[in-house]
Amino acid sequence: MQRYFSIWFRHLLTDWLTLRQPELKEIPFVLVAPERNRIIITAVNLLAEQQGIVRGMTAADAKAVVPELKVLDHLPGKAEKLLSAIGEWCIRYTPLIAIDPPDGLILNISGCTHLWGGEPGYFKEIINRLHSKGYDVRGAIADTAGAAWGVARFAKKHPIIEPGKQVEALLKLPPAALRLELLMLDKLHKLGFYTIHQFINIKRSALRRRFGDQFLLRIDEALGNTGEHLQWLQPVKRYHERLPCLEPIRTATGIEVAIQTLLQNLCKVLQREGKGVRTAILQCFRVDGRVISIDIGTNRPSCSVNHLFKLFELKIPTIEPDLGIELFTLEAPKVEDITAEQEALWHPEGCGLDSPALTELLDKVANKIGAKNIHRYLPQESHWPERALKPALSLAEKPAAPWRTGRPRPSLLLKKPERIKVTSLLPDNPPMLFIYKGEKHIIKKADEAERIESEWWRRKCPHRDYYVVEDEKGRRYWLFRSGHYTEQNTQWYIHGFFA
Amino acid sequence: MEQAISKTTIVNQLQQSILQWQGFAPPTINASKRIGLGDLETAFPNGVFPTGSIHEMLCSTREHTAATTGLLCGILAALMKNGGVCLWISTNRRLFPPAMDHFSAAPEKFIFIDIEREKDVLWVMEEALKCDGLAAVIAEIRQITFAQSRRLQLAVESSKVTGFLLRTDLKKLTTNVCVARWQVSSLPSVLEDDMPGVGYPCWEVELLRVRNGLSGKWQLQWNGNGFAPAGEDVSEHHPTTQQHQNKATAVEYDLFETRQAG
Repeated sequence: MQRYFSIWFRHLLTDWLTLRQPELKEIPFVLVAPERNRIIITAVNLLAEQQGIVRGMTAADAKAVVPELKVLDHLPGKAEKLLSAIGEWCIRYTPLIAIDPPDGLILNISGCTHLWGGEPGYFKEIINRLHSKGYDVRGAIADTAGAAWGVARFAKKHPIIEPGKQVEALLKLPPAALRLELLMLDKLHKLGFYTIHQFINIKRSALRRRFGDQFLLRIDEALGNTGEHLQWLQPVKRYHERLPCLEPIRTATGIEVAIQTLLQNLCKVLQREGKGVRTAILQCFRVDGRVISIDIGTNRPSCSVNHLFKLFELKIPTIEPDLGIELFTLEAPKVEDITAEQEALWHPEGCGLDSPALTELLDKVANKIGAKNIHRYLPQESHWPERALKPALSLAEKPAAPWRTGRPRPSLLLKKPERIKVTSLLPDNPPMLFIYKGEKHIIKKADEAERIESEWWRRKCPHRDYYVVEDEKGRRYWLFRSGHYTEQNTQWYIHGFFA
Repeated sequence: MEQAISKTTIVNQLQQSILQWQGFAPPTINASKRIGLGDLETAFPNGVFPTGSIHEMLCSTREHTAATTGLLCGILAALMKNGGVCLWISTNRRLFPPAMDHFSAAPEKFIFIDIEREKDVLWVMEEALKCDGLAAVIAEIRQITFAQSRRLQLAVESSKVTGFLLRTDLKKLTTNVCVARWQVSSLPSVLEDDMPGVGYPCWEVELLRVRNGLSGKWQLQWNGNGFAPAGEDVSEHHPTTQQHQNKATAVEYDLFETRQAG
């Protein structure tokens, strides 16, 4: 059974302004915002309210009623910020807190109240603390968020609704306690429904025909017939470990111990669920308020404390403890199912691409120098040398086609072909000699040309006539002529070196 | 006489056990451990190519690098026969993986690690050499001190991974614990019956220094699936550097004489 606590800040913005500017405490003031060429009041403080000013009046009317009224500009977006700040503060009472704009909070307090001696003590503690801070609040506890909301705002007394009693509590309240739209409330008012008990027993089909689905949904939410989805301020993290320290940690050894402790706890949880870490983030909260975070990634899910610790170990020198670290948290945002390894009776001599030893090594390297610097290549169906290979996406990926070995390919390939000067006997003959980096190579042997053209769907570029040549010392090169032979601008390039 | 024989046998036995302590394979497993380099393997102690140790290969120019890569791929193909992966660590990689397939080494079994700083090369190499089951680790490196090479050797001794250092800067050569120092240069290829065109790659493989072994020069050819002595029996084998030098001076002397005669 769930229990909800709704807190209503009756004068949220004006209370906050009064806290900032104590001189406002003695004078009635309002916040205004322009709306359709009129200046409309958006927030009223207690003093102004007592003199009959309400939200939605025009500023001019209010001035006529209370001449000494102080008019201030509206603070757009401030209410949400304040609510989430107060919500964060309330996390000491329960981990599940949702903000309920424009002026409320909803707390899921199931299982938390016994720490303050039951619901009355819990209720009093929160309300009193907020009062002492200077906020005018009212609250209510009920089985559903909807009922607590209505009771907090519209019931005069008995804010704590016992389990299962929310229907009785709501009966005497006006329809506005159901969180309905203004239009709907007007309609109900016109029809003479002033309290909830007047229409709650009408047949659902009749209500739906008249007021629509939204109306029934609100009733169901308040009564607890359907659940309500609330957006929690801090979503619950599943794989998250905390380690508060009695004294600030300043040494590398201390950090190591902390990481090991955290990893042991995390891995125990993961192991039970058959999961492994793909990425993990360690956050160190320093005494001076700064947070240092380091992260690691693995190539395949792992829940081995030793391996994960080794990955973190490489990054420990980047943590600056400064005055000391008081809290460590370890989170695994990305986990995956572990496929169970079968224990082998004997190990083959060489390890394949799927062996854990190799992935652990690559994890280590990737965390030191970056995963983008580790490559593995697979063949790609293209004759163009630069496109003959493609990077493999994973270690497990297998080549889709065999490597092309029909024609000789150089063992070294220049990233960019370099220009050379060439003499050849006839336009289509292999060169006789070429000059590369100031050295003259006289060609003794050469193969016939291999013409390679770029694929037609790519950018048009001239074809290349490749020649395998061998010079007088037996050194073998890969040369090409770009495009057809012409008198003026035939350009030769060197592209590779053969073994 | 008998005493002399027993002395030599004792010395031989001692040598064998010293070699074994140093990590070189005993001669009994010769046949299975051969990697197809032919005569060249006899240069190594017990006639076995030493796996599980560090080799040093000199590649001063791009042509040398290309030739070394060819020979190395052939050796790696043999080392990877039992399944296994190679790591290729480099700072400025120009290697063209599809070419490895010509030397029977599957390019998809190679993992290339590109590193910006020279310092990290040694770190990655050491970590990789500690990883059991890798077929080989190859690193292109400019400089290595004695202590650093010692660290690599220690890593290798427990994991039995073979390491290859491709030294690109010959000015920075210093003493280190590598088991052999290789230099590979291209030789003109030979085609049958003087056919036109470029033939199978040929190399002159020089072992400048071999620990407990014999240095010398060999000529090798890659014939599509394996190594073969280059051309028609041009391979020569100099048992020791001392003899090699003697021979060199002898050749010079011969030349001198013929010149005088002319």
